[in-house]
Amino acid sequence: MTHHQPTLDTSPKVSDEIRRTTCYMCACRCGINVHMKDGKVAYIEGNRDHPVNKGVLCAKGSAGIMQVNAPSRLRAPLKRVGPRGSGKFREISWDEAISTAVGWLNELHETAPQKLAFFTGRDQSQSFTSFWAQNFGTPNYAAHGGFCSVNMATAGIYTMGGAFWEFGQPDWEHTKLFMLFGVAEDHDSNPIKMGIGKIKKRGARVIGVNPIRTGYNAVADDWVGITPGTDGLFILSLIHVLMKAGKIDLDYLSRYTNAPVLVNGSDGPQKGLFLRDENGKMLVIDRNTGQPTPFDQPGVRPDLTATFDKDGVTHRPVFHQMAERYLSADYAPEAVADRCGIPASRIRAIAAELARVAFDEAFELDVEWTDFRGEKHSKMTGRPVSMHAMRGVSAHANGFQTCRALHVLQILLGTVEVPGGFRFKPPYPKPIEAHPTPHGDRRPGRPLEGPHLGFPRGPEDLLLDEDGTAQRIDKAFTWENPMSAHGLMHMVISNAYAGDPYKIDTLFMYMANMSWNSSMNTKGVMEMLSARNDDGGYMIPRIIYSDAYSSEMVAYADLVLPDTTYLERHDCISLLDRPICEADAAADAIRWPVIEPDRDVRGFQSVLIELANRMSLPGFTNADGTPKWKDYADYIVNHERKPGIGPLAGFRGRDGTQEGRGEVNPDQLNRYIENGGFYVAHIPEGADYYKPWNTAYQDWAVGMGIYDSPQPYLFQLYVEPMRKFQLAAEGHGERQPPEHLRQRIRHTMDPLPIWYETDQQGNEGFTVNALTQRPMAMYHSWGTQNAWLRQLHGRNPLYVPTKLMREHGLKDGDWARVSSPHGEITVPVMEMAALNENTVWTWNAIGKRKGAWALEPDAPEATKGFLLNHLIHELLPPKGDGLRWANSDPITGQAAWFDLKVRIEKTTPPDDPQESKPAFAAQESPVGTGPKELKWKVGK
Amino acid sequence: MHPAPSVILFTTLSGLGFGLLFFLGLGQPAATGTVAFVFYLIAYALAVGGLLASTFHLGRPERAWRAFTQWKTSWLSREGICAVAALLVMGLYALGAVFLDSHWTLLGWLGAALSLATVFTTSMIYTQLKTVPRWNTALTPVMFLSFSIAGGALLAGAETLAPWLLTLAGAVQLAYWAKGDGALAASGTDLATATGLGSRGTVRAFEPPHTGSNYLLREFVHVVGRKHAQKLRVIAFALGFVLPLLMILAPVHGFVLKHVLAALAVLSHMAGIAVSRWLFFAQAEHVVGLYYGKR
Amino acid sequence: MEGGQMTELPNSTDRKMGLVIDLDTCVGCHACVISCKGWNTENYGAPLSDQDPYGADPSGTFLNRVHSYEVQPAPCESQPDPAAQLIHFPKSCLHCEDAPCVTVCPTGASYKRTEDGIVLVNEDHCIGCGLCAWACPYGARELDLAAGVMKKCTLCVDRIYNENLPEEDRIPSCVRTCPAGARHFGDLGDPDSDVSKLVAERGGIDLMPEMGTKPVNKYLPPRPKDQIEAQAAPLAPLLKPVAEDAGGFMGWLDKALDKLPGGTN
Repeated sequence: MTHHQPTLDTSPKVSDEIRRTTCYMCACRCGINVHMKDGKVAYIEGNRDHPVNKGVLCAKGSAGIMQVNAPSRLRAPLKRVGPRGSGKFREISWDEAISTAVGWLNELHETAPQKLAFFTGRDQSQSFTSFWAQNFGTPNYAAHGGFCSVNMATAGIYTMGGAFWEFGQPDWEHTKLFMLFGVAEDHDSNPIKMGIGKIKKRGARVIGVNPIRTGYNAVADDWVGITPGTDGLFILSLIHVLMKAGKIDLDYLSRYTNAPVLVNGSDGPQKGLFLRDENGKMLVIDRNTGQPTPFDQPGVRPDLTATFDKDGVTHRPVFHQMAERYLSADYAPEAVADRCGIPASRIRAIAAELARVAFDEAFELDVEWTDFRGEKHSKMTGRPVSMHAMRGVSAHANGFQTCRALHVLQILLGTVEVPGGFRFKPPYPKPIEAHPTPHGDRRPGRPLEGPHLGFPRGPEDLLLDEDGTAQRIDKAFTWENPMSAHGLMHMVISNAYAGDPYKIDTLFMYMANMSWNSSMNTKGVMEMLSARNDDGGYMIPRIIYSDAYSSEMVAYADLVLPDTTYLERHDCISLLDRPICEADAAADAIRWPVIEPDRDVRGFQSVLIELANRMSLPGFTNADGTPKWKDYADYIVNHERKPGIGPLAGFRGRDGTQEGRGEVNPDQLNRYIENGGFYVAHIPEGADYYKPWNTAYQDWAVGMGIYDSPQPYLFQLYVEPMRKFQLAAEGHGERQPPEHLRQRIRHTMDPLPIWYETDQQGNEGFTVNALTQRPMAMYHSWGTQNAWLRQLHGRNPLYVPTKLMREHGLKDGDWARVSSPHGEITVPVMEMAALNENTVWTWNAIGKRKGAWALEPDAPEATKGFLLNHLIHELLPPKGDGLRWANSDPITGQAAWFDLKVRIEKTTPPDDPQESKPAFAAQESPVGTGPKELKWKVGK
Repeated sequence: MHPAPSVILFTTLSGLGFGLLFFLGLGQPAATGTVAFVFYLIAYALAVGGLLASTFHLGRPERAWRAFTQWKTSWLSREGICAVAALLVMGLYALGAVFLDSHWTLLGWLGAALSLATVFTTSMIYTQLKTVPRWNTALTPVMFLSFSIAGGALLAGAETLAPWLLTLAGAVQLAYWAKGDGALAASGTDLATATGLGSRGTVRAFEPPHTGSNYLLREFVHVVGRKHAQKLRVIAFALGFVLPLLMILAPVHGFVLKHVLAALAVLSHMAGIAVSRWLFFAQAEHVVGLYYGKR
Repeated sequence: MEGGQMTELPNSTDRKMGLVIDLDTCVGCHACVISCKGWNTENYGAPLSDQDPYGADPSGTFLNRVHSYEVQPAPCESQPDPAAQLIHFPKSCLHCEDAPCVTVCPTGASYKRTEDGIVLVNEDHCIGCGLCAWACPYGARELDLAAGVMKKCTLCVDRIYNENLPEEDRIPSCVRTCPAGARHFGDLGDPDSDVSKLVAERGGIDLMPEMGTKPVNKYLPPRPKDQIEAQAAPLAPLLKPVAEDAGGFMGWLDKALDKLPGGTN
């Protein structure tokens, strides 16, 4: 029998040209190949040469094409003509838009710069936007870290000079046990997926600690369905078991951490601070001599046990305090099991497996290196245990201490910056001393004296006026949250509305959907944004907003500056900011306009430069009054933060041959484009582990411009700056906390990790934990309006564990009323078995407001989708003490999204229409709605 | 399955039409002239009308001619060929009966055979589908053929045969429902085999791959409530078999009354078969629904 | 001859190209789904259209979809209260050896290639009757509402031999993009191929084997989960306390420090 089949062309033309740039569908910043046909975007795939994604690409990345053609793209500058929130606008010219903005801003710059609050959301140009804000002179600048993962970032930097995600990564090549905490479908999406795939291929074990078993936790070999908010307790119990069994890396602890550093035992203002020599060097007891010795003295053998008696006082090393605290039976598995929802046997099993892999599977790399004390090592010892954590542990009011505990666990096992463990990515490791302190001065017409955000070393670095008033509108760096290193974007609108600590004139925001999914208390924020005072004016007088899309927040702006999509712009993913480095390489990247906008829109950063030029902001203006840069591309190439150091580290020098430091290269962007949109500088072999202490790395980093001089340091198991705040709370020092915060500071600012139950007052009767996560196909992506992605996740049910489903007589598709001390929502439910039995959850930010994102008003996102945000308030329920306490971590101010407790009850489906509640009136869409059918094919 | 009106209409009408042609081909009734013309008009209207209706569900009806090419493997192709052959042969035969007052017996038998073959091929389109256990049984062609012949007998005015054939068809219908209700469970296909995860524990569909609809859900996942289905079965059985039987067996005299009752019996039967066919599709559980947790 | 092909299945194919999907590794991210949508919208045949893409009932043609299932293991001695597991489950055409979708096709539009076993639809001949989708137990075929023809996974037949692509990219787009590396492509007819070895090692399985379709694509089952307590039992000595309190601990510590490199012992 003959088989006939058509003749196929199996080698059709793929594209006319490939343009390589950087994705912006989330915060991963993968490299993409944009295939062009007839000048249009035909297909997007991952760039195989790119250090971040090595060719792979997630759903969002491939759906970028639907973001670039989205009907929700703004088309021209808009001026509001209806009341705030209505969505009624008229399109205006850029001339009018810029003049209007300059008219509002210039006066503030010259008279009261703090009256501008400039906050950027999913901004990937923070080193630039902060530079702009600094030169404008306002102290009121931050990005979205405060409501995202500042606990993780700050705890990591204070403890070990770097944290997870862009700060570091597991040593995927060598690790044999990978433990994830609170990483749902969360940060660092492609690299984590690639890493998990890689280690699973070799049969390495993955342990997922998460109340919800989806995504990475679904593929974990072992799932720990922990009770939300108890991760710290669980970790301290692991520490307890490991210490008690002596399964800790004593050599590592004595050499590379402050475990042997002597703590002042004398009562008074020095108590609990480190003993230091006359040069300020921390002192340890040298086991060779038994004498106090600077920690970094060549040949010193720091002793973890020995104490130092002087003047009748015994000064003990940090490790003594740790042993005393963590060997306590309070942390025994049996003591914590019920609270954590984890059987004691499983806690012990995990501890045993950590010990086995860290110590019994230790290995050595035959690589020589020299440490900062000058000691040469012939080998690098590998301990193949690695960890990663994110918002799940971070977004609790005990998140900072939990993140600290996690790092202390890693350090006790000796698995940070060693083969098989957790590795930093340049510009990290970077000790606290190499970071700036915060700045909040307000001088009309002049720039801020230093960066807005930084890391306080003690009460002296708080941004408080003489009378104790907060200098920043978000009250960052105050006694309420002393180490709020990322600012508190979630407090800006309520503080501005209340005029507390002062009134502002203009709220200027970029890519921050504050009137919807980026705020707690969404309804309240909408009301505050549109609230009027007695004379009919708005409480927040002016709002300028920039976004590429018709998001919910657009409707609340007076002036809208339309941004481009990510394929139509210049961007710079810089070593000065949050670069794309790998553990063994420094790397940065650009975006460039692979297509030109077909609308009257401009890249936001270029608009900022134009505004700066019109106002002749210092920093943007030459001595002769002419502008330094005409647009963002010009800035990227020609700006120098310090001589020879600019936004991009690659292809520097006149001929483009220098990396890290070098003269400006006018051809730099073209060189990046030729190179695939990125630049990689590899860390030499032998410099690629033990980086905080490795002289070869330190020297390389200085050469790259990452440090001005070598910055070796010790890991801070004990964080001295925290002790300084505690001392203040104990009554020492000039700057004293207000009385109502004294006790809290004394308690929470413990320099060694602690766990405490988050404030439950007002939660009586609300016993079920409620969480959110974003689905992988939408994580961190700016827009559910994407035609392909919204088919995957167009509405969100509340996932309810089997036990609660039974208790409440619920079945899939039923509706439940979910209430918290703050509000209630009525939503559809779905059963989930692989879930902590007292936790409900939903996908975040699927719900949309009617009229937003150019969706039809009856889109499922607007009718069935919902936000859990309505149940969460930025303040805790009143306690009757006349004060309102923030729903935040008391150390960093991180928004405590995941402390939410709710009650659920079965209810009848809402009728006519059957929509989730609360429902809001439709906004008018400034861009209309989309087409009825899509047949997207650009080639013939 | 989605009970598409075009397919229900097609199988109902063409089944009847070819059933009538079967009887006409066998010379029952042995009408000629105008009477024959009316019979053939009815038969062709039903058969051709049904076939035309079936093209409504095609994505590209203008290419329907291509469906004649794959007779070696495809029952759908065979159906098309049989239908055309039956219509052509019976057309010739009809010419003889209407205009030449003659019945070419052999040609009639051939046409009758082709007519039945058409119904059989139609039934095999469904029977062959392992994906629909309810259909994947020898009872399916038995049902299609028995319905077609009973309806044909009713239309052809085969007074003696029709009651027996209707009774038989009714019995087949009952057997079909009885067997069909357990077919999916008996097929051995379930979410455990669909996912291959059955050996690990009890498998339950969790999040669907998409929150919106798609072709598969629209086409294959149709869930009929049990009570609703029972009600429809009673209606189908009463209209399709019980009422027609009563009407043709009613001891009435008088030409008009008898013919009015016969016509009513045909209409009732057609309505009953249409309802039965709606159930045939609507209750046909396609195994793909397992993947969506809809079975 | 044009239009002369038959929807008979070839007696055998030279190779059996297909996918091996690792359910132990798939994190359910939908990357393969959208990459497939992107490539196949721009390439082979009609674009994969979307209806009501910004409205109340968005739906469109996709050739690959990721389901998810919960599995509740039965209690046993080592796990008296086993946790439910969640398994992500990508599904596209399995390019069956006995592909029922091919033989039912009345027009010859559906066919299985002799050289590699890929099951394809010749869109110029498809009348959109839908019967092939009815015949497929896996839901691998979707009728495109805009084009009126049946769409299905082509195994990226326009990539895997495409000389305009670099050699390393001559794999299906879903495989190229999968971040976790849960999708493997190769010749399952060759017992020495990487994919065949993987299937042998990991006990790869067929979906609905009782359907007799003989799928070429295989699924690698998830490895056993939640075994740590059972496995850690022999490790108990590792956790033997070195001391019961802080004082005893310091004593142990002092001795332990002496044993470190550079110590007194």
